[in-house]
Amino acid sequence: MSLKRLFEQVKAEDRAALIGYLPAGFPTVAESKDLLAAMVDGGCDLIEVGVPYSDPVMDGPTIQVAADTALRNGFRLRQTFDVVESVTGHGGRAVVMTYWNPVHHYGVDAFARDLAAAGGDGLITPDLVPDEAEEWLAVSETHGLDRIFLVAPSSSEERIDRTVKAASGFVYATAVMGVTGARDQVGAGAAELVRRTKAHTTLPVGVGIGVRSGEQAAEVAAFADAVIVGSAFVTAAEGGPGAVRALAEELAGGVRQKSGRATVAP
Amino acid sequence: MSEAGPVTKQRNPHDPDERGHFGPYGGRFMPEALIGALDELSAEYDKARLDPAFTEEFTRLLRDYANRPSLLTEAPRFAEHAGGARIFLKREDLNHTGSHKINNVLGQALLTKRMGKKRVIAETGAGQHGVATATACALMELDCTIYMGEVDTERQALNVARMKLLGAEVIPVKTGSRTLKDAINEALRDWVTNVADTHYLLGTAAGAHPFPVMVRNFHTVIGEEARRQILEQTGRLPDAVAACVGGGSNAIGIFHGFIDDPDVRLVGFEPGGHGIASGEHGATLSEGTPGVLHGARSYLLQDDDGQTIEAYSISAGLDYPGVGPEHAWLKDTGRAEYRSVTDDEAMDAFQLLSRTEGVIPAIESAHALAGALVLGRELGPDGLIVVNLSGRGDKDMDTAAKHFGYVEES
Repeated sequence: MSLKRLFEQVKAEDRAALIGYLPAGFPTVAESKDLLAAMVDGGCDLIEVGVPYSDPVMDGPTIQVAADTALRNGFRLRQTFDVVESVTGHGGRAVVMTYWNPVHHYGVDAFARDLAAAGGDGLITPDLVPDEAEEWLAVSETHGLDRIFLVAPSSSEERIDRTVKAASGFVYATAVMGVTGARDQVGAGAAELVRRTKAHTTLPVGVGIGVRSGEQAAEVAAFADAVIVGSAFVTAAEGGPGAVRALAEELAGGVRQKSGRATVAP
Repeated sequence: MSEAGPVTKQRNPHDPDERGHFGPYGGRFMPEALIGALDELSAEYDKARLDPAFTEEFTRLLRDYANRPSLLTEAPRFAEHAGGARIFLKREDLNHTGSHKINNVLGQALLTKRMGKKRVIAETGAGQHGVATATACALMELDCTIYMGEVDTERQALNVARMKLLGAEVIPVKTGSRTLKDAINEALRDWVTNVADTHYLLGTAAGAHPFPVMVRNFHTVIGEEARRQILEQTGRLPDAVAACVGGGSNAIGIFHGFIDDPDVRLVGFEPGGHGIASGEHGATLSEGTPGVLHGARSYLLQDDDGQTIEAYSISAGLDYPGVGPEHAWLKDTGRAEYRSVTDDEAMDAFQLLSRTEGVIPAIESAHALAGALVLGRELGPDGLIVVNLSGRGDKDMDTAAKHFGYVEES
């Protein structure tokens, strides 16, 4: 499993991984390939390729607008795999982040097959919990894909345990209650959620919490195995590949500092 | 004896499994962040439905506040247009706030209090559920925020004013199609942010478990009353029960009164909009395919990529691209049938009932009335039909006046 190896390598370098998100097809398919290549070049260890969806209930305004733009510009679901292939072809690693209905409608097995063929490593499923994931659990084994499920501050110990047992690759900690979006401050609850999650698993834990600067990335890197950045990249995309690459470089520097929290008593 | 008996039944043969599945439909396709709140709600509801004190309070509110039991009124002059079949109207329009919505709202508001939550959020399409929710929140001293698509706030301006008068905050939703579907999206975003002190008072028998079964059970009082009343008034069961279906709450409520009577046909009428062929409709069960939206697997209007297709109906309360999961199961098992009625057919029935019986129905309910006219002609002079008149039409005067040319189009 390549994500396992990726996280081992990152750990050997005594740093956190940088995971960057942008929707496929935003603003167009061709431009999204360039933007994602810039994220790889700027130092993202893993790319989350988002699937634009008509009803993104977990996303704040920034990502909603990006998904709308992609759909208005004619994005088709099968182009997700072209975009993933462009990332892996550029030397990057990619997972797909998608609401469940597009996968359900495409066919879970067909989606997994095509994702694996494009070189993708797995799926992040924000509205599919393990309780409803029977088919995906089986299909992901068949195609050698990682299953990245989410935990939240509201998750009970029992639910965290169930979730990490079903997961592979890494566990995605949504560290504040709410929709996606960049924030000025990273919440104090994030470290606590990572601690609670790690009590149940040896899998790496990535934190998505609205990070938008190298300094914030360093704060999160002090307690998490990966720093996940989405909305800030969407905002940066307005400035084109150059701006995206610059943000990735700043964040990549951040995940190598581990300054903030590590030296501060909780 | 309780009017709301079914609320206390722990399990009945028509309940979903423990995880909320009706056959392959239902379940919980929701973010992990909300699963805790759904678990809490399930646990509280399971306790409440067995608690005589809860049932007593709910029944008291239905009787003394909501005006139950609602009447069952024969509509003979209207039925002259239905091939001679007898037609009876279940008068949910006479409930406090003017529709069936109050049943579910009172039940969930009581649960909110039991859970110790202080704030309620809800979505609304036509405004009926929003008004009912704002009403219950005023009664029970709960903070209330209503999400309503911007398009709907314009078509239903009077209901926006009613909600504000009742003390609710109304937030116009400007994303997506700016109608009911997007109001639900926005309410879910609020819920995931404020879940610790907030209950999402979903207005239809859809969404993630336990909403479909819970909302159904709060509405089964409609069917229980209707069954008893039709037996009292005619000495027999109807040949068919007709209801409109958007999300499907009034339909599932009346259907369940008759679901164990195999000779009673259960017929749901979906919004056909400008006609199925036009592509502009909300006929989810008739024209959709299985998919996942707003937390449950059910039928769904979706394109080749699984993107939701925006529904259309002249009725703001029916233009929803999804439908409650139990309806999907009733369709697949054949226990219920689903047909569609166009805007024009619904509006003709709207006017016909007004002029023959002096009852102005909600445009939503007019879809069931239009369907009953067709059913009556199929059944012939011996036919007996109960129609769920789920709401009153006062809120629809602006739409109706424009449709019939009573006023100049602005």
